[in-house]
Amino acid sequence: MKKNEQKQVAEWRPNRIGAGTAILLNGFFIILSVLTVLPFLFVLIVSLSSEDSIAANGYSFFPTEWSLDAYRYLLQRIDYIGHSFLLSVALTLAGTLLSLILISTMAFVLSRRDFRFRKLYTALILIPMFFSGGLAASYVVNTQIFGLKNTFFALLLPGACSSWYILVMRTYFQQNIPTEILESAQIDGASVLRIFLQFVLPLSRPVLITVGLFEAFSYWNSWYYAMLYISPEHRELFPLQYVLYNLQKNVEFMSSNENISGAVIVNLPTETFRMAVVVLIVLPILVSYPFFRKAFLRGLTAGAVKK
Amino acid sequence: MILLSLPTVLWYLAFCYLPMFGIVMAFKRYRMVPGKGFLYSLFQGSKWVGLENFRFLFLNPQMGIAIRNTLLYNLCFLVLGTTLPVMLAVALSYVRSERLRTASQTAALLPHFLSWIIVSYFAFSFLSTDKGLLNSLLVRLGFDRVRWYQTANAWPWLLVIIHGWKGFGYSMVLYYSYISAIDPLLYDSAAIDGASVWQMIRYITLPQLRNVITVLVLLNLGHILSTDFGLFYQVTRNSGAILSATETIDVYVYKALMDQTNYGFSAAASLLQNGIGCLLLLGTDRLTRRFDSEGGVL
Repeated sequence: MKKNEQKQVAEWRPNRIGAGTAILLNGFFIILSVLTVLPFLFVLIVSLSSEDSIAANGYSFFPTEWSLDAYRYLLQRIDYIGHSFLLSVALTLAGTLLSLILISTMAFVLSRRDFRFRKLYTALILIPMFFSGGLAASYVVNTQIFGLKNTFFALLLPGACSSWYILVMRTYFQQNIPTEILESAQIDGASVLRIFLQFVLPLSRPVLITVGLFEAFSYWNSWYYAMLYISPEHRELFPLQYVLYNLQKNVEFMSSNENISGAVIVNLPTETFRMAVVVLIVLPILVSYPFFRKAFLRGLTAGAVKK
Repeated sequence: MILLSLPTVLWYLAFCYLPMFGIVMAFKRYRMVPGKGFLYSLFQGSKWVGLENFRFLFLNPQMGIAIRNTLLYNLCFLVLGTTLPVMLAVALSYVRSERLRTASQTAALLPHFLSWIIVSYFAFSFLSTDKGLLNSLLVRLGFDRVRWYQTANAWPWLLVIIHGWKGFGYSMVLYYSYISAIDPLLYDSAAIDGASVWQMIRYITLPQLRNVITVLVLLNLGHILSTDFGLFYQVTRNSGAILSATETIDVYVYKALMDQTNYGFSAAASLLQNGIGCLLLLGTDRLTRRFDSEGGVL
């Protein structure tokens, strides 16, 4: 990181562009950033508007009336939304852990130049990057051979590994772990598993964090597998994203839940409620994002290193 | 070593290689034999139909539209998705304030971490016919409301904008990180020789970026017939009226499978998509290798 900062300082090129251009450039990037972030703010405001104000003026940056109704309703339906929220959290945690195990072990094996099947394994992970059996074939295999339909594993397994991150991690291992350490450990009679756990993993925290974060986000954001493999009757297996997708069709989707008591909710805050769920999904991303921004930026560059 | 990598190898065999047998489905009328496994159903239970699935595919006008849309969108994304971020990254490298540079990158990268479902709600808040912000503005300016989800002409623009909004930050930050890794001495010596800013960009920055641009463009060419399913299915809300402008091969493959449960059709379309993509990738890789010994990805 230190090196990087020095570079950035050195990269400051005064006198090369005029003061006017510099101001123009600053203004441009400020406007660009604001425009990029604006939709986030908009949805948040809509979720905090009152239903009446939306009925009167549509979605607006300046609602005539503010209201927390959407969030109150969210709390009322906590049995359902809460369940999906926890499912998404569990899926994210389990998925990230599983991906890291699958990716790091393979990356380690590929990083060892003395590994006998290195060529074969490289081909094994490269081919699927460009060729696949297609959706229909995967669907049939996953449902008819593995019986994944309507199971938690359908959400977890199909997306668990990624050739791209294996390559990223392999490159990192090759560049950052001195072979002397591994060799001396080998001479001392440490098993491959021990070398991996005791030397390689602790030395690779940055790349593990980066890849782990990317995987965590992709599990948190996943809806495709739910759409493919979870039938409408199995609501207990809907991740939050998929709940939101179903809300698009009807909010009553939730009230049609059999558990709901006879109490009819007057003035269901339909419009704002959807946006409140959007906020509920985006919030964890926003909260963790600045915190991990450095890891993201590092991950981007790591991914681009040519093998 | 073999033991350590065993789980991953098994994963690849199960989720990547086993489905490749399914390609056979493209040449069969797949039918599940009750009580038998997938491979039995596939090889024994289903009838060979040769190229019939493909013939129907090409006879179907919808497929033609889907192929056209896929190619046009991807070309557009490829050209805009390369030139704009490169330009932005170069511009960003001339911003003096480090804080502004960091803030710009942070903001630009943010949409990258949203799912298409979330993006579809963002889009809806602007495009909804009776409540959307865009229509509110149009009404205020004295125009009529536009039913965006029924107006096919608007969607090429909308999709390009939405795709750009979500994706430009990632590429910009990527290119910027390459620019900031360029040796500053190069610029200093050029400055001594009296080079202008434009000359430096033209003769130092861009040539240094050439390799990664080539690699990324090549990788994208390999997926020229694949699109982001979420963008074209979720963001458009799968609205029937605008399909002529929004349906791509992936959406078609999905619908053939889930709505019509036509396995053969869906598999044939996938095979076409994959096969052509692979050939293109290999071809262009060869080509760039011939012109440039350092280029190429494989």
